[in-house]
Amino acid sequence: MVKFSEDKLKEVQSMIDRYPEGKQKSALIPLLHLAQEEFGGWLSAETMDYVGSLLGIEPIEVYEVATFYSMYNLKPVGKHVFEVCHTGPCMLKGSDDIIGYIKSTLGIKVGETTADGMFTLKTVECLGACGYAPMMQMGIDYREHLTEARVDEIIAACRNKQQKTSKA
Amino acid sequence: MAKKLLLEKDHVEGIRHFDVYRREGGYAAVEKALKMEPAAIVEEVKKSGLRGRGGAGFPSGLKWSFLAKPEGVPRYLVCNADESEPGTFKDRYLMEFLPHLLIEGLIVSSFALGSNRTYIYIRGEYAWIVGILEQAIAEAKQNGFLGKNILGTGFDCEIYVQRGAGAYICGEETALIESLEGKRGNPRIKPPFPAIKGLWDCPTVVNNVETLAAVVPIINMGGEEYAKIGVGRSTGTKLISACGNINKPGVYEIDMTISVEEFIYSDEYCGGIANGKKLKACIPGGSSVPILPANLLLTTAKGEPRLMNYESLSDGGFATGSMMGSGGFIVLDEDQCIVRHTLTLARFYRHESCGQCSPCREGTGWVEKILTKIENGKGAISDIDLLWDIQRKIEGNTICPLGDAAAWPVAAAIRHFRDEFEWHVNNPELCLTQNHGLAHYADPIHVPA
Ligand SMILES: Cc1cc2nc3c(=O)[nH]c(=O)nc-3n(C[C@H](O)[C@H](O)[C@H](O)COP(=O)(O)O)c2cc1C
Ligand code: SF4
Ligand code: FES
Repeated sequence: MVKFSEDKLKEVQSMIDRYPEGKQKSALIPLLHLAQEEFGGWLSAETMDYVGSLLGIEPIEVYEVATFYSMYNLKPVGKHVFEVCHTGPCMLKGSDDIIGYIKSTLGIKVGETTADGMFTLKTVECLGACGYAPMMQMGIDYREHLTEARVDEIIAACRNKQQKTSKA
Repeated sequence: MAKKLLLEKDHVEGIRHFDVYRREGGYAAVEKALKMEPAAIVEEVKKSGLRGRGGAGFPSGLKWSFLAKPEGVPRYLVCNADESEPGTFKDRYLMEFLPHLLIEGLIVSSFALGSNRTYIYIRGEYAWIVGILEQAIAEAKQNGFLGKNILGTGFDCEIYVQRGAGAYICGEETALIESLEGKRGNPRIKPPFPAIKGLWDCPTVVNNVETLAAVVPIINMGGEEYAKIGVGRSTGTKLISACGNINKPGVYEIDMTISVEEFIYSDEYCGGIANGKKLKACIPGGSSVPILPANLLLTTAKGEPRLMNYESLSDGGFATGSMMGSGGFIVLDEDQCIVRHTLTLARFYRHESCGQCSPCREGTGWVEKILTKIENGKGAISDIDLLWDIQRKIEGNTICPLGDAAAWPVAAAIRHFRDEFEWHVNNPELCLTQNHGLAHYADPIHVPA
């Protein structure tokens, strides 16, 4: 069952407290971020309904929002999501080559997840890092000035981390 | 060296923290402003000539003076940190390295406008900056610059950071307000303007990060002194985020008297075109403003050097000029393909259209499809005319300016680079492996005597 811990519920309350009385719906977008982080990196119908119940709003009000914004995942994603920018300024600096390299290295197409569930590749539009192109977002971090060697390092680091956590 | 009003202290060790920022003279503007009448602060901002740094360049003091002040109704200030216009990354720099400058500007502006609850709406992807801003807010509060009864003046103010979740349209101020209310980012029909009916139907001012930060030097030095920097109606300094095929991409603070040529080629700024290549074209103010070929970028149609300011960048209108926009300066070298670049922008606008108006929703899809055809050697000459026709039908026929923003880049690309579109059509095989190159786009302009 989907449910926030006591600690997270306190965080939820502090989010709601940022708005005037009766305007708790404003907390929906931040709350969906929190829910996505807590419940497996994506928003299931169950998760969305739960978030709606916390704010006392209808499920449809949550779905409307969750489907509008590109940062919410409406289906499961890999453990590490590579979101590579391919808008003009990044394209000028070779983002298409980087996307091609990631595709061939991981053996997946854009929008797909590797069979082991480790990596998902997505393309995204300008992330405000045009001067540090090519770049991608990984979780809450940006990885900038990408080269093929940098991509190799990033993939290796993800795999390493995975091995360590599965040993522990 | 150009005079710096915003980024002067960006490299001071520890400037992100209150103590260092304060030691360097920070929060003096709050101390000064809270002793003034709110209306007098608005007056200083008017005198400064400050124009909105989010893209539209509307005079900030005038905008503030439109704010309705009905008895017993709260008023809100909202800081627009959505920064999603391709080529633009200046607000990120300011928030990341000088968070207290923004907080200081927000406190002064909140006092001037009577906002006791001020929100920073930041694009969802800038997740790590949320923590930096919240830390700065907490420090300001500990030191009595935020919270209840600030500096014993009786003024209460809280600042909250709200994260978006990925939607360029939420930078448009009424979409931003919808989003802040926990809804889809669908722009509202205006009027009513936010100054009358904004957040939760209360009077609201939405300003860009850089605009609100600029209030700090304006209060410190006085509006008249601020207005002496720059030229004409381009007063003060402007942050430019430079990217593309240049040697030194980054964020630069300029005073608006320098020429475009100096900005691109001097070592103080972009440091010239990368890899010894030649300049082909440039979008000087974020993806929405018209692209210019090298010759028209550096020299106006009258044959005068073009300067980095509002008037000069728009000299010649859309026929031969462009706009200052958000200050997102995108440089293309001789190897770049205009069709391909325009296609990525068209895809961007199709992706970001909120879908409320048919000309924008359908038109952006058509534009992307036709450009994809041309780029892949499958276009016809009539497609170029069709593109022109579609963009004309989007422009001016939509609820919000995203429609125009989607139309202008296509219009300008065809206006100035039609040869290159035709070259794609006439060379369907070659265009898959080669580019049209520099062509005549850098040829000097001959002004008839
Ligand atoms: C599609 C669209 C996107 C926009 N994005 C931004 C943005 O990211 N940041 C911003 O400050 N203004 C943006 N604006 C302009 C805002 O609507 C508004 O004019 C601005 O925040 C006002 O602040 P200013 O007067 O200080 O510039 C956008 C406008 C449109 C139509
Ligand atoms: S112009 Fe486009 S983005 Fe703006 S309201 Fe209409 S459909 Fe939405
Ligand atoms: S175009 Fe990729 S970050 Fe802006």
